[in-house]
Formats: sequence, structure tokens, C-alpha cells
Amino acid sequence: MAVKAAGRAASRTRNHDGPEAKPELIQLLTPEGERIEHPDYPLELSADEIKALYRDLVLVRRIDFEAIALQRQGELGIWASLLGQEAAQVGSGRALGPRDMAFPTYREHGVAWCRGLDPAKLLELFRGVSHGGWDPKAHNFHLYTIVIGAQTLHATGYAMGIQRDGAVGEDGEAAIAYFGDGATSQGDVNEAFIWASVNNAPVVFFCQNNQWAISEPLDRQTRIPLYRRAAGFGFPGLRVDGNDVFACLAVTRKAMHAAREGQGPTLIEAYTYRMGAHTTTDDPTRYRLSAELESWKLKDPIERVKQYLIRSGMAQEDFFAEIAAEADEVGNRVRTSCLEMPDPDPLSMFDNIYADANALVADERAQLASYLSSFEQEGAR
Amino acid sequence: MTTLTLSRALNEGLRKALENDSKVLIMGEDVGKLGGVFRVTDGLQKDFGEDRVIDTPLAESGIIGTAIGLALRGYRPVCEIQFDGFVFPAFDQIVSQLAKMAYRSLGNLRLPITVRIPFGGGIGAVEHHSESPEVLFVHTAGLRVVACGDPADAYAMIQQSISCDDPVIFFEPKRRYWDKSEVDTSGGLADAPALDEARTLATGDDLTLLCYGPMVRTCVEAATAAREEGRSIEVINLRSLSPLDLPAIFASVRKTGRCVVVHEAPVTGGIGAEIAARVTQECFYSLEAPVLRVGGYSTPYPPSRIEEHYLPDLDRVLDAVDRSFAF
Repeated sequence: MAVKAAGRAASRTRNHDGPEAKPELIQLLTPEGERIEHPDYPLELSADEIKALYRDLVLVRRIDFEAIALQRQGELGIWASLLGQEAAQVGSGRALGPRDMAFPTYREHGVAWCRGLDPAKLLELFRGVSHGGWDPKAHNFHLYTIVIGAQTLHATGYAMGIQRDGAVGEDGEAAIAYFGDGATSQGDVNEAFIWASVNNAPVVFFCQNNQWAISEPLDRQTRIPLYRRAAGFGFPGLRVDGNDVFACLAVTRKAMHAAREGQGPTLIEAYTYRMGAHTTTDDPTRYRLSAELESWKLKDPIERVKQYLIRSGMAQEDFFAEIAAEADEVGNRVRTSCLEMPDPDPLSMFDNIYADANALVADERAQLASYLSSFEQEGAR
Repeated sequence: MTTLTLSRALNEGLRKALENDSKVLIMGEDVGKLGGVFRVTDGLQKDFGEDRVIDTPLAESGIIGTAIGLALRGYRPVCEIQFDGFVFPAFDQIVSQLAKMAYRSLGNLRLPITVRIPFGGGIGAVEHHSESPEVLFVHTAGLRVVACGDPADAYAMIQQSISCDDPVIFFEPKRRYWDKSEVDTSGGLADAPALDEARTLATGDDLTLLCYGPMVRTCVEAATAAREEGRSIEVINLRSLSPLDLPAIFASVRKTGRCVVVHEAPVTGGIGAEIAARVTQECFYSLEAPVLRVGGYSTPYPPSRIEEHYLPDLDRVLDAVDRSFAF
């Protein structure tokens, strides 16, 4: 029995690629804010561009913070925080062209920001005012998908549509599918990899490995680094420092460019950390050590950009103060629009189920309308 | 008028749809060179190319999930699920994604996807090849669910389903694929009944027999046999299961006062149960007898050597007709 148990432990920790194959982590900006070069990912950014990235990071964190507060105050039913994942989302989000199409999970508030979606729209979903309700075509940003991994197939199918439209090649388009480490265990994600591979579809799979699927650590999903799975499906996979906005920008740009040009899919594993709870209903103290959280705090995605801006002399205190003030302003705006959000008309539950008139829907709508008006008549009496 | 098998009528309908709209795609397992295991897509890949008639990897969730993505890009995919029992790996994509996308997007998105599913038993197949899962989709808001009963239905309904902006789950009675009848393929579909309209196949005064899919032929034969015994039976091919053509059902039952619903699916929680409840509510004072159901038992689909005891047939339908008259 003891022998068997030892054998199992040994096989679970076995490194399939040999001891030298430590996963490479693509990094362009260290946690200390030091800029480093990578031969495959040259990145030239102006001071203004870097400051714009910093602004994105700070504002999306502020929006997230405000949403958590709104949930705590009973204004949102739930919120899925992106805390710690700002660089992965802003870096990849800013790598997209206007005609590229993004397929998010329910945590891509930073990508939504980059696509120009009003943050209040995200709150509608978490407040329970709609199931999303924004026009995905207006921002090339699909609705949030809550069933884990389902959207990876939608992105792949969309990419097959791009191919059929002849929109691959110079000036081409591509799709990007967002998902997490937990989703990589889903059948749909694996099916999406297969479809994308055999069709050479212009889609980038952007996995934010935040180390936790609610309470389950990464070793419940995989025994090899996630990016290495791509090799088995026949396309490139790579791991990027998900807390490094420069690296996320550079690798996503390159992968999207390759996809648009007809070189097929890439799996990007953005190695990051979910600094907060899974959602506002979760309690991570039940399943993870605070030491882990503390060690990731030292790799904060925003602080390193700030340090870089200061060290390089690109920005001074007034810039940071200006961004902080803007963040408060955005936070207040989000708060106000949340509080002012009207509840939908109860009868609107019957809208948009079908494209054409439907007798059953019409009948039940009339039933509810009549039931509701019976109370009004009672009140009038 | 041309004489076509039901399988061929579907093929002709699909061909018309592919010709009429360059956004129409066919996708599924073995739909290309093989022409589908029932040959419904025979020759279509040869004529329309591999980009429009797509042999997919063998994964049903992938078929529906990628079809959703293609529809978001402006295409009209027609997905083939090879057999009824194989639709379940795609159930999440159909129920949680396909059915709800228009609703979730407040109408900003439409998914004009047709999902073809050969259904029903009576072909001596191994398990998972003879099921009737239609009610699971009827229970899902956002989907239209239809079943063709004869070649004329098949030819028109597949085209109407493809041009419909809602997702349509399209059930094909696999044991009737080789039944033949006259189909008018010359003109358009202007004279065809609407997709959600029931069709009265035989008029009668004494009892309403409601059926769809493979039971259409069984019920027409039962009505003919009953007529020899002096009973005037009205047979209605429901065609659309979601939405149901309730006005047609109510009008007939108010006239006849008796109603029997026939389907292969288990009667528990089935279409018959839904119809019985609605007919009872709307036609209560016209009824001479309770609404009766003839269908599968509440068992898993049995092994094929005993499936004849599970499936409704002419005699079981006539037995139910007798029981209705005995009230």
C-alpha cells in the first residue's frame, strides 16, 4: 500500500520534459519595474503610450474596487473581481485591433474597458437588471459567458467565419477567447483547440492562469504547465508574465498578428494571480494561505509600471495625482450610474425570446399584465 | 410534382437553401463525402465545396458551439447531429447558449441556426440510436422545435427553418426516411403552411388524433382503419412542437369532443401531457372523454428485439381510440 502511494506521488510530480525544462516566462518588465528585452518580443512604446497603459490599469482597478463596494452595500447581487489580473487584461485588450472580436468570461472588466464598453453596462448584469444586454457588435466585445469555457467555441466558430469571409491575410481579422485555468479542464475548451487547430482558424486562446478555480488550486486541473498543452493540439503555446502589461501586450500583439495573417491559433498562458476572492460570495481564507497572497503582492501589475515611469523620468507626481483623481471620478460615475439604474419593467421578461411573434409568449405576457393590473385596480378602490 | 423519399426531400430542401443564400452552411459528422449516415446531405459537398458543407471533428458540443460563432459572424449554419442520443454532449451549447443568446443580448444578436436530429425508433438499432428527446427542447424557451412527418413537410420545413431567425431544433423521423410521396419542388414555398402551423391530414367529426414525426403515418393508417368501423377521425400533424398550433388543436377538439395524442417519446412530462392540460383548460365543456395519450413507457429505450412493445403502433392507437369512445 505504502509503495503504491509513493508511486502515485512520484508520478504526479514527474516532469515530462526533463529537469531542464523549467517553464519559460516571457517578461519585459520585472516586478521591480526594470525593463528587460526579449529577442522574440521587441516592444517600442512612447512615454505617452506607457502612461496610457498605466491609466488603464489604475482605472480598471478603481472600477473593480467600486463594484466590490457596491456589492457590499447591497447594490449588486455579486461581483467577480479582476484584482491582480489588470495587466493580463489591459495588455491583451490593447493588443486588439478595432475589427478583432473578443469573447470574454465574466471577469474581463479590463478587456471591456479597452474595448470602450461603458462599465455601467457590466454592472447591469451583476445588479440583475439584464443578462448583459450590450450590443457586442458595437464594441466587438461579446457578452460575458458564465458557463465555463463555452465561449471558446464561439470564438473559434467566429474565426471560421472570418476565414469564410476571406478576411485572413494582410489587413486580416482575428478572434480572441478569454478563459481561466479551471476552464482548461472543460470539454468545450479542448474541442475549441481541436477545431481551431484542424481549421487553422484565426483565433488566440488567452488563458489567465490565476492559480485558483474558486477553491481548487492549479494542480487539480493539470500536471503540466498549461501552455504546453497547445503542443498536443498542434499549435504554439507560451507562458507570459500575466502581471507584466508590456509582455502581455507584446505576446498578444504577435499572436493576433499571426492569426490575422493566416498562421492559425496560439495559446497564451498569462501567469497571474487572483488577488481577491473568486466572487464577492467566496471566502478564500478557507482554502489558501495568506503568505501566498503576500508573495504575489510583491508582483503587483500596477506598481511595477509606476516604478518604471518614475525611474525613467517619464512621469512625476503630478501625473500620478491626476490619474488618481480621474480614477475617483470614474469610480463615482460608476457608482452613480449603478444607483440610478432603473429596474426593468416586469413585462420586459417576455421581450427578445424569439425574433418573430410567438403566441405562447404573447399569451403569457398578457396574463402577467392582467394579473399586475388587478392589483392596481384593487389599490384604486 | 416529383415523387421523393423523405431523405431526398430534405436533400432537395437543403440544396435550395444553399443555392438561395450564400451564408447557409452545413456542418456535422460525415456530412461531406459520405453524404451523412442517412444520405440527407448526399452530393452537397461536391456541389457547394468543403467551406460550405463541413465535415467537423467528432464532438457535438463543438459542432453547436462553433455554429454559434459562425452565426455571430453572419452565417446560417445547419448542424447535423448524427443520432438523437448523441445530442446530449451538445446540450449545454443548445440550452444555455443557443437558446438564450437573443434574450441575453436584448435582441442585439440572433442565432439563425438549424439543428437537424434524426429521431425515434423502429429501426432495430443499438441503444442511443432510437430516442425521442424533443420535449427537453420544447421546455427550453428561445428554441423553436419542429418535426417533419412526410416528404412534403420535409422539403418545405427545412427551408423555412433555415430562413427563420430563431434557432430551430429540427427532428427527422428516421424510420420514415425512405417513405415516398409527391412533393412540389418547382416553385417557391408561398403555398406551404407556415413553419408553426399544424396540418390537418384527414377531417373527421368523432375524435381528434394528434401526432408528429414518425407517428404521422401510423395515425393516418389508424384513422383509415377506424373509418372502416364507422368512426370519423380527424388527424392533425402538429409539425411544430414549440410553439404548438393551439388554435388548430382547440378548434378540432371543440368539434369532435375527443382527443388522443400519439408520440414515441415517454408520455410522462411529454407533449401529450402539455396538450392534455391545455385542451382540458380551453375545451373543458366540449370534451366527451379525457384526453388520452399513447406513447413510450417511462423506461429507458428498450433493446430493439422488444422495441415493438414500446413503440405506439396501429393497434395501440386504435385501442386508445376505443377507450376514448368507451367513456
